[in-house]
Amino acid sequence: MIKDTSKVNPLENEAIYIIREVAAQFEKPVLLFSGGKDSITLVRLAQKAFYPAKIPFPLMHIDTGHNFPETIAFRDRLVKELGLELIVRNVQDSIDEGKVKEESGRYSSRNSLQTTTLLDAIEEFKFDACIGGARRDEEKARAKERIFSVRDDFGQWDEKNQRPELFDMLNGQIHLGQNVRVFPISNWTELDVWSYIERENIEIPSIYFAHTRETFLRDGLIWSSDDDVVYRDENEVVEERLVRFRTVGDMSCTAAVLSDAADIASVVQEIRDSTISERGARIDDKRSEAAMEKRKQQGYF
Amino acid sequence: MEVLKIATAGSVDDGKSTLIGRILYDTKSLTSDKLEAIEKTSKQKGYDYLDFSLATDGLVAEREQGITIDVAHIYFSTQTKSYIIADTPGHVEYTRNMVTGASTSQAAIILIDARKGVIEQTNRHFFINNLLRVKEVIVAINKMDLVDFSEDIYNKIKADFETLMEKRDYQDQNITFIPVSALKGDNVVHISKNTPWYKGQTLLEHFELLDTEDVYNVGTPRFPVQYVIRPKTEEFHDFRGYAGKVYGGELSVGDVVVALPSQTKSKIKEIYLYDQSYQTASRRSSVTITLEDDINVSRGDMLVKVDDLPTIDKQFTATISWMDSQHLVTGNKYVLQHGVNKVLAKVDAIHHKIHPDYSGIEEHISALGMNDIASVTFKLNKTIFFDPFKNHRTNGSFILIDSQSNNTVGAGFIQ
Ligand SMILES: Nc1nc2c(ncn2[C@@H]2O[C@H](COP(=O)(O)OP(=O)(O)O)[C@@H](O)[C@H]2O)c(=O)[nH]1
Ligand SMILES: [Mg+2]
Repeated sequence: MIKDTSKVNPLENEAIYIIREVAAQFEKPVLLFSGGKDSITLVRLAQKAFYPAKIPFPLMHIDTGHNFPETIAFRDRLVKELGLELIVRNVQDSIDEGKVKEESGRYSSRNSLQTTTLLDAIEEFKFDACIGGARRDEEKARAKERIFSVRDDFGQWDEKNQRPELFDMLNGQIHLGQNVRVFPISNWTELDVWSYIERENIEIPSIYFAHTRETFLRDGLIWSSDDDVVYRDENEVVEERLVRFRTVGDMSCTAAVLSDAADIASVVQEIRDSTISERGARIDDKRSEAAMEKRKQQGYF
Repeated sequence: MEVLKIATAGSVDDGKSTLIGRILYDTKSLTSDKLEAIEKTSKQKGYDYLDFSLATDGLVAEREQGITIDVAHIYFSTQTKSYIIADTPGHVEYTRNMVTGASTSQAAIILIDARKGVIEQTNRHFFINNLLRVKEVIVAINKMDLVDFSEDIYNKIKADFETLMEKRDYQDQNITFIPVSALKGDNVVHISKNTPWYKGQTLLEHFELLDTEDVYNVGTPRFPVQYVIRPKTEEFHDFRGYAGKVYGGELSVGDVVVALPSQTKSKIKEIYLYDQSYQTASRRSSVTITLEDDINVSRGDMLVKVDDLPTIDKQFTATISWMDSQHLVTGNKYVLQHGVNKVLAKVDAIHHKIHPDYSGIEEHISALGMNDIASVTFKLNKTIFFDPFKNHRTNGSFILIDSQSNNTVGAGFIQ
């Protein structure tokens, strides 16, 4: 038996508390799982929150069809090992049904199309709480996000009219048709997440570690050259580079970084020394200063 | 790693956002892409300096109007601590955000514009931080560059502030004065050559030296049950664990506890966090507790030590911070959330309201409007188990929820 819990990470205590509140206050919660490090961390926190019982809600992946294959393989393995329920809804279906239109051209991405598929899935399953891995340090509009963030029937975020959150108390009361987005790791930084993954020995997809990959350069960023998914000009030359990914979104909007960090300890060190923010490698945020705020108002994660 | 949460307070344009941006810049916490964005926008606006407030003002409307509308949380860390700073809006109408920011913080920075000195808003900010019993308060006298770093002006403001302190209710609050220039960086992270008369620490040094355990008000252990864990698997067939967070003090295996409201006694059998078992659950840790006896405990119930019971009652008087545009009137009913427990509450009487400039109280009040702070008696439909706020920040506070709009409309601190 260990002496006391005082050495436990205060951020972990907070996240576990939040996840338990979700299970207690809502009828049909779901954990939005992207296969990225933040949502993998959430799964571990949820395991901890309910041990020795199983996680009492399903995971849901909104699959753009443009994910890295490594992420999907990892997702399926994790779900199987932990005996969790996984729901997958595809952006391709929303495109086929004519609900959203595929972008084309140089910066085309399916990233923002996810919103429609997500909102449809929330309605289909009548989810009243969606747990997500967004962090306030990621982006300026996210810094304003509450832990329990109420969305209206259209999934929209009313950023100027948010509920105050006092002390530890989380108010999850909503009207029929509304839902709450819950962010248990709101107060974690990128480094906190990586340090936690290291300390807890959590397995993550291989693309987070250095590997050689066919890539090309654009706007000073390194892109994976998968011609089916990522648009590339004739004059954008493909070259092999030693890279890793710092954030794992869609192939079409996630750039790689040059790195030889092949294990978790070197990744943590690299993040510690880094002078570029995580979202610096996400083209979806670079579209404009207010890109994230706009997407959030429309119902994005 | 220790975590310190700090709230900022000050009027519009006193320099809160600039101060936070300056801390980030001087601690090299701004990544190069963020810094580039600040440089670019500052240039576009025609400034000949870096507008650090751009680092925190994240909403479109905020950047357009150049003001902070909603609380933003900013993160940075040093070798010793992780910091979370809440950048709060200074407008009077956003007082509710200030109460919110202070409720989750262990320290506060109150900014004063050296040219303006102590104003009505300063009074309000100090009052709120004292009411919420924030342990550490830094009074940052800002824009010292605009008053020639005058020691006389600094001393005058300090003396004026000390007059406010005479009226404070929470006497144990530590208050420290620092002359700074957020824009130029004096005494923020680096000690200034412009204030040779100032012998104290810089703002950051002060926080670096704080013991994060000391900034919490210690009370008695309270364990509100959040969730009952019953795996019903073969291996854990009879497992019945109570999941929750420990507040105020610690609980250990073998402690004799009482479950409230049933008042049934039992003993702590095991303390779990995930698959590890512990001898003691320290303050603020999220654990799962099992008991020796099979008693009936559910969400909203509370485990406490047998020799340390809270008040068990259906009625109490509290200081309320009202946060809604719809008025609070005698006779109104609300959902009262006390920790994880919810009951119905009826406003029995409004006793008095704190004067908007905090100079005194107003009696014979029939309604409370947005941002009012007042003393109110409530009657509940069920008993709750509480401590006075002055003894227990968590078990002495609650929120009020409007059952029509479902919004959080007020916060209360039990007297
Ligand atoms: N000269 C000078 N100007 C300052 C200082 N701190 C802030 N300012 C300016 O005061 C204005 C308001 O600052 P801001 O940080 O937005 O204030 P907030 O409303 O409290 O967040 C901006 O133009 C700042 O550049 C200071 O120490 N010296
Ligand atoms: Mg501001």
